[in-house]
Amino acid sequence: MTMNREGRPTRPEAAEDAGAETWTGNRALMLEEPLLFEIGDTRTTGVDIEAVGEGDDAHLAGLRRTRPIGLAGLSEPETVRHYTRLSRQNYAIDLGLFPLGSCTMKHNPRLCEKAARLPGFADVHPLQPIDTVQGALQLIAELGEWLIRLTGMHSVAMSPKAGAHGELCGLLAIRSALEARGDKREVILVPESAHGTNPATAAFAGYRVESIPANAAGRVDLTALKARLGPDVAGVMITNPNTCGLFEPDMIEISRAVHEAGGLVYCDGANFNAIVGRVRPGDLGIDAMHINLHKTFSTPHGGGGPGAGPVVFSEALTPFAPLPFVDKIQADGGDRYILVEEECVGEHHGRSFGRMTAFHGQMGMFSRALAYILSHGADGLRQVAEDAVLNANYILRRLEDLLDAPFAASGPCMHEALFSDKGFAEGMTTLDLAKGLIDEGYHPMTMYFPLVVHGAMLVEPTETESKAALDQFIGALRHVAERARAGDTSLKAAPFHAPRRRLDETLAARKPVLVYREQDTAEAAE
Amino acid sequence: MRYLPLSDTDRQQMLETIGATSIDDLFIDVPEAARLASKIDDLPDHASELAVERHLVRLAGRNLVAGQVPFFLGCGAYRHHIPASVDHLIQRGEFLTSYTPYQPEIAQGTLQALFEFQTQVARLYGCDVANASMYDGSTACWEAIAMARRITRRGKAILSAGLHPHYVSVAQTMARFTGDVLEVAAPDLSGEPDTERLLGAIDGDTSAVVVQYPDILGRLGDLGGLAARAHEAGALLVAVVTEPVALGLLRSPGEMGADIVVGEGQGIGVGLNFGGPYVGLFACKEKFVRQMPGRLAGETVDAEGKRGFVLTLSTREQHIRREKATSNICTNSGLCALAFSIHMTLLGEKGLRALAEANHARAAAAARRLAGLPGVELVNRAFFNEFTLKLPMEARPVVRAMADAGVLGGVSLGRLYPDAPALANGLVVAVTETVTDEDVTALEQALIEALK
Repeated sequence: MTMNREGRPTRPEAAEDAGAETWTGNRALMLEEPLLFEIGDTRTTGVDIEAVGEGDDAHLAGLRRTRPIGLAGLSEPETVRHYTRLSRQNYAIDLGLFPLGSCTMKHNPRLCEKAARLPGFADVHPLQPIDTVQGALQLIAELGEWLIRLTGMHSVAMSPKAGAHGELCGLLAIRSALEARGDKREVILVPESAHGTNPATAAFAGYRVESIPANAAGRVDLTALKARLGPDVAGVMITNPNTCGLFEPDMIEISRAVHEAGGLVYCDGANFNAIVGRVRPGDLGIDAMHINLHKTFSTPHGGGGPGAGPVVFSEALTPFAPLPFVDKIQADGGDRYILVEEECVGEHHGRSFGRMTAFHGQMGMFSRALAYILSHGADGLRQVAEDAVLNANYILRRLEDLLDAPFAASGPCMHEALFSDKGFAEGMTTLDLAKGLIDEGYHPMTMYFPLVVHGAMLVEPTETESKAALDQFIGALRHVAERARAGDTSLKAAPFHAPRRRLDETLAARKPVLVYREQDTAEAAE
Repeated sequence: MRYLPLSDTDRQQMLETIGATSIDDLFIDVPEAARLASKIDDLPDHASELAVERHLVRLAGRNLVAGQVPFFLGCGAYRHHIPASVDHLIQRGEFLTSYTPYQPEIAQGTLQALFEFQTQVARLYGCDVANASMYDGSTACWEAIAMARRITRRGKAILSAGLHPHYVSVAQTMARFTGDVLEVAAPDLSGEPDTERLLGAIDGDTSAVVVQYPDILGRLGDLGGLAARAHEAGALLVAVVTEPVALGLLRSPGEMGADIVVGEGQGIGVGLNFGGPYVGLFACKEKFVRQMPGRLAGETVDAEGKRGFVLTLSTREQHIRREKATSNICTNSGLCALAFSIHMTLLGEKGLRALAEANHARAAAAARRLAGLPGVELVNRAFFNEFTLKLPMEARPVVRAMADAGVLGGVSLGRLYPDAPALANGLVVAVTETVTDEDVTALEQALIEALK
C-alpha cells in the first residue's frame, strides 16, 4: 500500500480495504446495537427506589403477581448508551433537509421545548380545581384565539389529539349538524388525490365514501363534483392546498355549490403552512378544518407523534363542537377561565356531539405551538408561507428539465413540488431514486403519493431551509435523477451507506415478528 | 426573524430563477376575494425569545404546580418520579425531530425502540403482541371496543361501572355514529367492583365486556371469572389499565384471560402535562393481530441478511386500505412511547416491582390514617395506590377548600359524575412514591379543617 508522509493511503485501491469486516460489526461511528432484551436482564435496574418497609397483602384481594413479567433492565449508563446509539441510526431535521411532502418537516425551535417543560404546564394535573389552573386555561384560550384569527373562522375545538382525530371531529360535527335538522345524508365526497386518512375517517364516522376525479391540471373537477351533489351528499372533504401541492382555485365556487346542495365543507388543513397569513380558510366558505400543530406550528414530530389537531369551525357548526372547551367569563372584576364539560351541557352547550378524549387535549403541544406563534407574530407567519412557497417553486423550476413535473405547466406550486417517474430508464423506479438519495445524505421525499400521479415524488422543503441548503439538495437530486434516467442499475441496490441495506418488508408481513422472544422459549414454542 | 434563513437577496435571486416578479405571482391561484393584501390586522408582530419566554413564564406562574404542594390526584393521570435521563434522551434531535419511519434504512433507531416498546407492553399486560401506541388510554379503549365488534361481528359492548367516565364518554360519542350499543352504569360507593352485574349481563349478543383494573374508584377484582363467562358466550374480555405501575405488583389482565388489554401509559415516563400528550397502550392475543388498529413495528432482515425493523402489516391501515382500514389513526404517540420505554428500561423488572411495592405500601399507610378521621370511611376492600374515601359531606367543596389551603387532596367524584348525587361524597385519593409522610399529615390536617 502506498502511503503519504503522514502515513495515509494515497491510492484508490487502498480505500477498498476500509470495507473489510470488523470484529464488532461496527463501522467506526456507525455502531451496531443489540436489543434491550439481549443486553439487559430482570435483575438489573437503573433507579434506586426508596424502600417503604414491608407491605402486606391485606388490600390486594389475592391478586398479587406470581409470575415474572420478563422486563429487562439496564443501569443508567447502559441505558443512556443504548438509546444514544439507537438515536444515531435515525435521520432527523436536526441533521438535514427532510423534504417529506405533506408532512411539513421544518425546524423545531428549542424555545418551544423549554416552554412546554415549565413546571406550571408540565407538572399540572388535568383534574386540579379550576382556580389552580387558570394559566393553563388562559394559554389554551390564547392559542385558540390565534387559530381563529389566522383562519378567519368562528370557533375552535382544541381537544383532538392529531390530524386524523381532528378530521373525525370535523365530520362528527357535520353529521350532528345535519341530524339536528333531521337530514340523514349518507355520502361524503373525497377527491381521489386525498390522503388515506380522509376516506378512513369518513367511514369511521359512519359515512359512505365516493371519489371525485381530478382534472388534467391536478385540481378537483368542478363539473364532476357539481354533477354528483344532491340530497344524499352530507359534504365534501377537500385538502387545500391539495396533495398535488396546488391551490384549488375553484374553492369558493366548490363551497357555494356544496352549501346550495345542502351539504357542508370539510377542509383538510394539513397544508395550511403554505397559506398561513396569506389566505384565511374562512374566506373560502369552509365549515370545518383541522390544523396540524405539528406541521404548520412546528411542534416536533417525535418519530411519529404525538401531534395535535385542533379544529376550527364556521358559525353553522360551532354549536356542535366537542367537549370540553375553555370559556372566558368575567368574575370579581377580572377574567376567569372555565372548562365547559359534561355537566355544563344543559346550560350553554346543549348540542355538543360529546367528548373525543379524556381530559382536555394536547397541552404539551399547545404551549409549544403558542411559543412558535408568538415568536413569528402576524408578520412572521405570513413570511413563513411566502418562504415555504418560494422554496418549493425554486426546487420545481430547477428540476423540471430533468424530472417530469406533471402540473408545472399550469403555474406555480404552493409549498411542495410534485414530480413523476416519467423519463426514468426501463425498470428504474421512484423507490430506487429515493434510496439513492439516502446515500447522498438525505431523507427521501414522499413517494407514491398522491396516487393520481405515477411514481409520485412529493418534495416539501419548508421555509426553514437556506438557499445554500436547497442548492446542495437540488444538486444531489439532479445527480440521482440522472442516474435513474440513464438506467444506472447500481441504484437498484441502494442504499449502500445507511445503517441497513434495503429491508425485506414482504418477509416482515408474511411472518410477523412483533415482539422479542428469548431463543429457548421461541424454540420451545415451535 | 431567527427561524427564517432566507435573506432578501436570496429571495430576489430565487424569484428571478423561477421567473416571477414578486412573491404575489406565486399565489395567483388564490381567488382574488380571498387574498390578504398584507398581514392580518390587530395581531402582534414577531417577538424575541426573551419576550416570548417572559409571557409563557407568566402564564405558567398562574398554575399551582403539583410538585410544589402535597399532591394526591389520580383518576387516569398519575404523578411519578421520572429519572432525569428520560427527558434528556427523548430530546436528542434524532428522536425528537424525526418522523414516522417510512424509510426504515435511516430510521432503525425509532423502529428498534418501538419493537422494544411493543415487547415491554405485551409482557406488562400479559399479552402476545402490542402495537406501537395510540393517542391515549381513552381512544385506545374505544378502538378496542370497535375491534371486538369486528372480531365477533356483534354490536353490543357492556361497560363496567368502574370504567373511567371520560373513557365511557368517548365510547358513547363514537357509538352514536357507528351504531354500536353500549350498556353503561354509574358506579356506587361499595367496596367491590361490579363483577357480579357484568357476569349477569353477558349474553349471546355481547361483543365485549370492558373492565377497568384497578377501576375508577381504585377497586380490584379478579378478571378470571369474567373472561371465562365472556368466552363461553362468544364475547371478548377487554381490560383497561389506567395506571401501568399497578401491574408491577398485580397479576396482569392477560394472565387472567383478557383478550384485548388497553390503557394509559402516562404513569411511566410521561409527565402530567395537564392531560396530554399521553400514550395509549394496546395489546391483544396473537390470533387477533390482523384486526388490531395502529402502527406495528416488526422484525425482518436487510439485503445483507442483517436483522432490522420495519413498519409492518400496513394492509390494515388507512394509507393502503383507505375507507376499509381498521382505524383512521395515522400516527402513534411516538415520543411518549419512547419515554415510556426508556423509563421502563431504567426500572427493569426489579425496579418496577420495587416501585409498585412502594406505591402500595405508601397508599396502604395513608388509607389507614385517613380512614381514622372522624366521619371518613374507606370505601375500597382492595386497592393498589388509589382508593376512595366517603366523606360526611360533598367532596367538591372540600377539594376546593383544601386547594385554597395549599393541598391538592384528590379528585371528587362530583367532578367526574356531576349527575350522580349518590357519589357526591366520594373523594378519590392517589398515593404514589412521590408522597411523603409529611404530605399525608398535611392532607389529614386540610381534610379536618375542610370538614369542620
